[in-house]
Amino acid sequence: MTMSGRIWVFGDHVDTDAIIPSRYLHTSDPAELARHCMEGLDADFPHAVQPGDLIVAGENFGCGSSREHAPLAIKAAGVGCVVAKSFARIFYRNAINIGLPIVACPDAVSSAAADGQQWHVDLESGLVRNLTLGTEADFEPFPPFMRALLRDGGLTAHTRTRIATGELPRRKARR
Amino acid sequence: MTKLTLAERILSSRRATQQLSHGDDGPVQPGDLIEVAVDLILANDITAPIAIREFGALGVADVFDPEAIVLVADHFTPNKDIASAEQASIMRTFAREQSIVHHYDVGRVGIEHVLLHELGLVVPGDVIVGADSHTCTAGALGAFATGMGSTDIAMAMATGCVWMRVPETIRVDLHGELNRWVGGKDLILETIGRLGVSGATYATLEFGGPTLAGLSIDARFTIANMAIEAGAKAGLFPADETALAYLKGRTSRRVSEWSADPDAAYARRLEIDVAAIEPLVALPHLPENVRPVREAGSIPIDQTVIGSCTNGRLEDLRIAAEVLRGRHVHPGVRCIVIPGSPQVQLDAVREGLIEVFLEAGAAVSTPTCGPCLGGHMGVLAAGERSVSTTNRNFRGRMGSLDSEVLLAGPAVAAASAIAGRLAHPEEVLT
Repeated sequence: MTMSGRIWVFGDHVDTDAIIPSRYLHTSDPAELARHCMEGLDADFPHAVQPGDLIVAGENFGCGSSREHAPLAIKAAGVGCVVAKSFARIFYRNAINIGLPIVACPDAVSSAAADGQQWHVDLESGLVRNLTLGTEADFEPFPPFMRALLRDGGLTAHTRTRIATGELPRRKARR
Repeated sequence: MTKLTLAERILSSRRATQQLSHGDDGPVQPGDLIEVAVDLILANDITAPIAIREFGALGVADVFDPEAIVLVADHFTPNKDIASAEQASIMRTFAREQSIVHHYDVGRVGIEHVLLHELGLVVPGDVIVGADSHTCTAGALGAFATGMGSTDIAMAMATGCVWMRVPETIRVDLHGELNRWVGGKDLILETIGRLGVSGATYATLEFGGPTLAGLSIDARFTIANMAIEAGAKAGLFPADETALAYLKGRTSRRVSEWSADPDAAYARRLEIDVAAIEPLVALPHLPENVRPVREAGSIPIDQTVIGSCTNGRLEDLRIAAEVLRGRHVHPGVRCIVIPGSPQVQLDAVREGLIEVFLEAGAAVSTPTCGPCLGGHMGVLAAGERSVSTTNRNFRGRMGSLDSEVLLAGPAVAAASAIAGRLAHPEEVLT
């Protein structure tokens, strides 16, 4: 799985209220959420972002609430991948679960990262390339379990298959 | 024999199927990817609609156990607009169709992380997952409780299991006696201030030390609640006498003491001398920006909110009432008090606390998450500032991007309401 695109650069601790403010959580419609994506940090982003663009950020991206609306908004806005120095735990799960590729690659995110650069991400080989500057950085590829999950298109499709094949037994009620 | 932290003990006992990372059947180790059997699954009016949509895509007819699912309409309720009403309606319909036993709606609803424990739905050793980041609150009772997203919760509703990476544990030992006006909020702000907002990412915080013996269950809930604000997956307390006393009469399930093995291996240890802690505040716009209130300077405010899943319990309201009794909210301040559950509200009425708030010029709301996340019941305008007993002070969290939130405990919030600026309780108790 590879993604190439123009990058948008954000800082450290991008919280879920910045990704999708709470006042829009009265809907779970991805298209509607996309219209307000990253509005808390850059009011132009939801209008100017193009399908295939990438988000590049610092430490602890997605900190704060468990709202799956945050990765849903980013995915529905057309963003192909988020590359950050590190991610908050719940956001990381949510992104993988809904099939939004995200990559923790601290070496790729330096002060040389700038809006508008072209980057290329290869999930299988664990490589981020800054095509504009001609630099590259490695990251630990996903474990097989998560690769299977992403390949199936997210946790729901993955679980549906596992239930149907009997690989994942359903527990019985406690009482 | 391997010595286990509390989180490792619980997860070892609740492993559902084979490990996803390797085939070893011994106790779990940090870094293992495992599938875990869950005891309770939580969602609210914001996160449940997505979970219900994903559940519908799974190809199963029924939830695995209608008694293990708790649906709480607490965020945008009583419904603030038509869209919010539609979301609560989706959850209500699902609860009816699936015969969900624990569905809580207006009149019976409290803030989920206050209600859940009050109703006796959590016992020590449980694994609890919730589509709400503050699910970690239940760690105060020695349960491994963690926040996840809606899709995770949908899978758990169908199968009774979730995938999980076994976290490392950071041990936080509390020593010494608390100063006057210092409570659970100050202890967790001190912890977050030291660790930073990503200092415990992927890890579990396990609290221990001599101070615990005298630390109330409500203070523990406050501390466990904000473990996520250091990035933690869970915030655990041993299930000791205090926890068992709280659970007495609330549950018919078997309750036993749980704690870490002595000499368990921790990724890191933090020692906190609580006697050195003064009432604290977290300044905008991160919960790690922690200062003693006395050193924060004179900061004028427009609003105070006393409530939320962090500080909406009876002990919190008692502390706020102690400060507000016989005094008046500053004319330039809106003071909003939100009891965390109907039981907290009823107890507060019976103790005369609500009378104290109303006489002081505070507004008292029905239980709701409301203003904490800028939903309703106290949204801030541009240029406004609130001292809140809530849990996040991100930019725009409570309203306008140009508003500010200062996080503090109920004593500081009440004192600030009276002073019209950030204030230490002793500044107004003359």
